Amino acid sequence: MSLLDLSPTHCPGPRLSRRGALLGFGAAFALGGSRLAFAQASGDARLVVVLLRGGLDGLGAVQPYGDPAFAGLRGPLALPEPGRQGGTLDLGGRFGLHPSLAQVHALYRGNQALVVHAVAGPYRSRSHFDAQDMLESGATERLDSGWLNRALVAVQGGPRGQAGLAVGLDVPLLMKGPAEVRNFAPAAPSALSPDLMARVEGLLARDPAFGPAVRRGQEERRFASAALGDDAPQGMGGRRGGGFGPLAAAAGRLMATAGGPRIAALETAGFDTHVSQGIKLAASLTMLDNGLAGLREGMGEAVWARTVVLVITEFGRTARINGTQGTDHGTAGVALLLGGAVAGGKVRTDWPGLGQGRLFEDRDLAPTTDLRGIAKAVLRDHLRLPPQAVDAAFPGSAGIAPATGLIRA
Amino acid sequence: MDPRASIAAIRFGLGRRPDDPVPGDPVAWLDRQVTLPSPQRQLPGLAAPLSQAQAAALYQQRAMATRGENGPARREIRAATDGDALGWVAHCLLSDAPFQDRLTNFWANHFTVSRRVPNAGMFVGPLIREVIRPNLFNRYEDLLLAAARQPGLIVYLSNGRSSGPNSQAAMRPGNNTRRGLNENLAREILELHTVSPAAGYTQEDVTSFARILTGWRIDRGDEAAAFRFSNRQHEPGEKVLLGRRFPEGEQGAVEALRFLARHPATHRHIATKLARHFVADDPPREAVARIEAVFRDTGGDLAAVSRALIRLPQAWAPPLSKVRDPLDYVLAVGRGLGFGPDQAEWLVQAMEDCGQPLWKAPQPNGWPDVATEWAQPEALLHRIQWAHAVSGRVAQRRDPRGFAAATLGPLASPEMLREAARAGSAQDAYTLVLVSPEYLRR
Repeated sequence: MSLLDLSPTHCPGPRLSRRGALLGFGAAFALGGSRLAFAQASGDARLVVVLLRGGLDGLGAVQPYGDPAFAGLRGPLALPEPGRQGGTLDLGGRFGLHPSLAQVHALYRGNQALVVHAVAGPYRSRSHFDAQDMLESGATERLDSGWLNRALVAVQGGPRGQAGLAVGLDVPLLMKGPAEVRNFAPAAPSALSPDLMARVEGLLARDPAFGPAVRRGQEERRFASAALGDDAPQGMGGRRGGGFGPLAAAAGRLMATAGGPRIAALETAGFDTHVSQGIKLAASLTMLDNGLAGLREGMGEAVWARTVVLVITEFGRTARINGTQGTDHGTAGVALLLGGAVAGGKVRTDWPGLGQGRLFEDRDLAPTTDLRGIAKAVLRDHLRLPPQAVDAAFPGSAGIAPATGLIRA
Repeated sequence: MDPRASIAAIRFGLGRRPDDPVPGDPVAWLDRQVTLPSPQRQLPGLAAPLSQAQAAALYQQRAMATRGENGPARREIRAATDGDALGWVAHCLLSDAPFQDRLTNFWANHFTVSRRVPNAGMFVGPLIREVIRPNLFNRYEDLLLAAARQPGLIVYLSNGRSSGPNSQAAMRPGNNTRRGLNENLAREILELHTVSPAAGYTQEDVTSFARILTGWRIDRGDEAAAFRFSNRQHEPGEKVLLGRRFPEGEQGAVEALRFLARHPATHRHIATKLARHFVADDPPREAVARIEAVFRDTGGDLAAVSRALIRLPQAWAPPLSKVRDPLDYVLAVGRGLGFGPDQAEWLVQAMEDCGQPLWKAPQPNGWPDVATEWAQPEALLHRIQWAHAVSGRVAQRRDPRGFAAATLGPLASPEMLREAARAGSAQDAYTLVLVSPEYLRR
């Protein structure tokens, strides 16, 4: 059954077994639940990748109410249809957006948001940590660099190109790699004198990890304080009012600055909804919705018009509600593309159906679109990367063609 | 000072306090700590450590408290857990058996229960004191079993309401809330606490193990919550996990956990984590193989494993290769400056400012243990700013070089000592000691 078949895509490559290697130690972490990394790209196009850690429930965020099996699988997690009280927000029939994503819905109505449904990476791991590693590596194994960093190498014209920037106390694997990525986080103003800071830098220069870190950190602070002025967020984490919202807004402003970063990675957690999903998912989606709105506001209309925001997660969740009013780790889910450069206003899916025999391993939404084809399309059509660079970002994906029609011509 | 004495204190301990005696035989000093830890004391000015029963009573109160994250009951419960965390930090500051405390923090990270799930947060301190420390030098399977029965993991990994699809609870007439499986705890025990994905288990194994663990919950009794096996929620029948059969009932889960703890893939997994912690981010193969062999040959005897760690030649080779994570760094600075319990609150805040809020790991796999995750530009600048603030508090002492010698011994580099001597103020000099590579590493 195909509800909406705007562009026929087909099943991803051969099914892969769970990876045997020992992984998970190096899995990325987030501070205060949120983190942001930037880099510099040539040209005018802006790209923000938002990682949702924990496994966003795609069937909860974008509900296929037109599928006759949906309500039966989901029980109380299936919200009323669009137009009813507490119902989902209409996406043109058959799919409804979770009501906590009202600002995303407004973008959708303005043709600036696109939903890709039944999408998954090429891996079939239901481990958060393996799946996050592979999602960020852009490969079927954990690599030492992320696909967005490898794309940056091409944008910058090589590892020695103009340096980029990272916001948050850490850089996610997605942004690690040969292209230089600098790092910014909200901080109290430093009380160290320039002379003392120079001595500290000299002392750390011989350390292979701390030497480059202290030098790059200072460069970034100079840039960010010039760009953000007195409005810079002063702290990280919940207690100090940091977190995803302020980081996203700061990211937007930095990206709108002349000479500012063109590529950013933002992340946030809170999507691992095993228990009482109704309340928890609504809260996490509200935070996402507000953060995305803040990002847009920080950028301003002119920059937003040249922007693509790609929202991805490590996996979807089980099609059936579990025994504790939540959902467990699954396979396919949704990706969102937002921004003035997106050819939005549609749900793009080769819908696999939720009925008898349609679920992947009789439990998950079956993947019919390879996430790599979506990301490759953004790199090719939005950042205008040549085919070799797109392939280098996603090694071993030669058989996966970039999707068409995602980006405004 | 023998560099080995410094390495023992820094790599195997939590950093030297200036008044710590210098052990003549560092290996023997560590060996003597391989013994049942003493109970965590109540320190002056701090609350008594929470017992598991007290934590369970808090859990019970929280469950009954009215909704809303900031109700008075919830604030009090959070304050009680904050106090418990302060007590643990103060203990670590003063400890004269810091190898035990390093191992305790290692296992607390291995069996992560995070305060980010508020219903589970009050159990972290009791997990440390009543599960990890008494089993620090027992067999791994005893530690695993005790951890898996502790309310913290059961709540954090949401097993409490998991019910077998054919259990009495699920079959009860009028069951319209569809009680059934929740596979979270089962998956994370397989992946994180025992065999790891290297064992090649399947989704079927995960589901089957979740069935084995049904009924493994905590009981909300009249006063306190405690582990209880609920036959009503338990999935009837025999189950198969990794090709082995396990019987119905509570005993099935006990046997399955023991089987997993004894699995060769678990030996390899834990040996790798330990070698990463004590030797290098990318641990040498021989070091992993050595620990793995001791694990295997002693039936997972953690005392033997600990003695073997102490005897890994690779762990004693300078220079210090591991990056101190914020927990380690802040504790090492606090110990080095001789801080007491009255500074604990400030130190807990520092851990958060430097990117590692205590007992609040973002995900069940805990905090990372590799330099690439900690030596990032902004995280380092936050540390430097904090080190400068600390230095302002102690600048009246006016002997930064003596401080460097007392805490780092021969590991203090000539460059750092020279810079500290040339600094324009005592605060600047202390700052330079505290942000030197040798203080940032372990």
